[in-house]
Amino acid sequence: MPEKIVFCKGGGCTAKLGPGALSSVLEKLPRPDDPNLLVGFQSSDDAAVYRLTDDLAVVMTLDFFPPMVEDPFLFGQIAAANALSDIYAMGADVKTALNIVCFPDTWDLNILGRILEGGLDKVNEAGGVLAGGHSIRDTEVKYGLSVTGTIHPDRIYANCGGNPGDILILTKPLGVGIVCAASRVGKASDKALSEAVGSMTTINKYASEAMRKYRVHACTDVTGFGFLGHLKEMLRDGCGADVDTLTVPFIREAAVYAREFIITAAAERNREYLQKYTEFMDVPFSMQELLFDPQTSGGLLIAVDPGDADALLSDIEALGLPCGIVGSFIQSPEKKILIR
Amino acid sequence: MDRELDMTGKTCPVPLIETRKILENMKRGDSITVTVDNETAVRNLSKMAAENQIECAAEKTSETSYAVTLTMTDTSRIPSADSASCTYADKTVVVLSSDKMGEGDDKLGAILMKGYIYALSGLERLPSTVILYNGGAKLSVFGSDSLEDLKLLESQGVEILTCGTCLNHYGLTGALGVGSITNMYVIAGKLSDADKVIKP
Repeated sequence: MPEKIVFCKGGGCTAKLGPGALSSVLEKLPRPDDPNLLVGFQSSDDAAVYRLTDDLAVVMTLDFFPPMVEDPFLFGQIAAANALSDIYAMGADVKTALNIVCFPDTWDLNILGRILEGGLDKVNEAGGVLAGGHSIRDTEVKYGLSVTGTIHPDRIYANCGGNPGDILILTKPLGVGIVCAASRVGKASDKALSEAVGSMTTINKYASEAMRKYRVHACTDVTGFGFLGHLKEMLRDGCGADVDTLTVPFIREAAVYAREFIITAAAERNREYLQKYTEFMDVPFSMQELLFDPQTSGGLLIAVDPGDADALLSDIEALGLPCGIVGSFIQSPEKKILIR
Repeated sequence: MDRELDMTGKTCPVPLIETRKILENMKRGDSITVTVDNETAVRNLSKMAAENQIECAAEKTSETSYAVTLTMTDTSRIPSADSASCTYADKTVVVLSSDKMGEGDDKLGAILMKGYIYALSGLERLPSTVILYNGGAKLSVFGSDSLEDLKLLESQGVEILTCGTCLNHYGLTGALGVGSITNMYVIAGKLSDADKVIKP
């Protein structure tokens, strides 16, 4: 009789190394010298972009992690949606994907089968083709994808390119990390979990395609470093941000769970790292936690010209998930983020 | 009473939830020492203590071990996770007579009202009743942006009453999504009996 499988111990984007740990290692690596590398790791961007010709560049990204939900098929879908998201955050189109698999060899292979079916489902929805992959034995399950996309070199949406005055739009609700943590300890309502899963399994393709019609100056996706962590990555020199929490979209129950301290270690690592860059003005604890909460397969955070903000928001609202204008870029020599 | 809790090997939120369960039954002067194996858990426990005015002292007891001692004081409070938030001891009634808050720009007014209802649902002490009439009746029907927040209020023990005449007038009879329908006699009675009436 196989022992009870503990599928989910705290996975998803809560499993990322903290932002401080990562940057201290990366800054010691020599910078690449190839002029065709249009986007590399220096700007902490969502994906790497390499120019092949004057009008074609490849976009590459990879993501994998342990499970954050109990159902293997859903896990496969979420992990795939999460990996595909970085391609969309750059404004690119998905072409191919490769599976990355870690799996205990004593486990039922049908579980792996369901995970891969979930992943394939999302790659198909993205219009890409699953072309292979690699797997190793491991003590715990991990799954994700390496994804390749294409883009015109002049149409890349870097994470860092906005200007003071740009309006910030978030295309999915915050709080999925908290809801998954609550679910692990048996405290999440079915409704909250269903909202979180619905958000995590939605691929960012549609939001990405919507934004390309407007004057978007920068875009990233909100994942393991939380909303504030990824917002910080968008700030150019001289540019800070003003966040109005009144219109930040979030899963309502997640605020209730945060009040009860159902929060993650990853959120605390994010908070610790961002302390010197953030200034809260009378924001309740639960909202602060939502803003640091690591998101798995989160939404796009888009910096758009103020003249196009309402129209873009309308298009994103039509996609059906809670979304909203969350603030704007401001002049700030110290690159501070003010949250009210 | 001095309790001990070993949370070695447990990742957040488990140490927080288990500690909280014990804190709920502790009185002034009682303390609990929680053992954890990572600094992040120490910081999260300290945050929980600070938010609830509980004294907190942490020390590193070995390379991979920390002891966090939480002590209840006069002003410490740790509301039970399973019970509803306290409502006011007196009868406080919130009246929403419009689906917009303030005058000037209607689009802003709608955003403000949504924000108010959300902020209300997160307060430590809640009103006993929320009464919705005229434009306010549009807030408690299916499709309203504030429906979920009103449901959250209701789940925490707040009475949500919407004027039936108003629902009829706006063609929204049958569309009520939270609470119950009421009439002017009840509204008049609730307002007269209230200790405090809040109209944002």
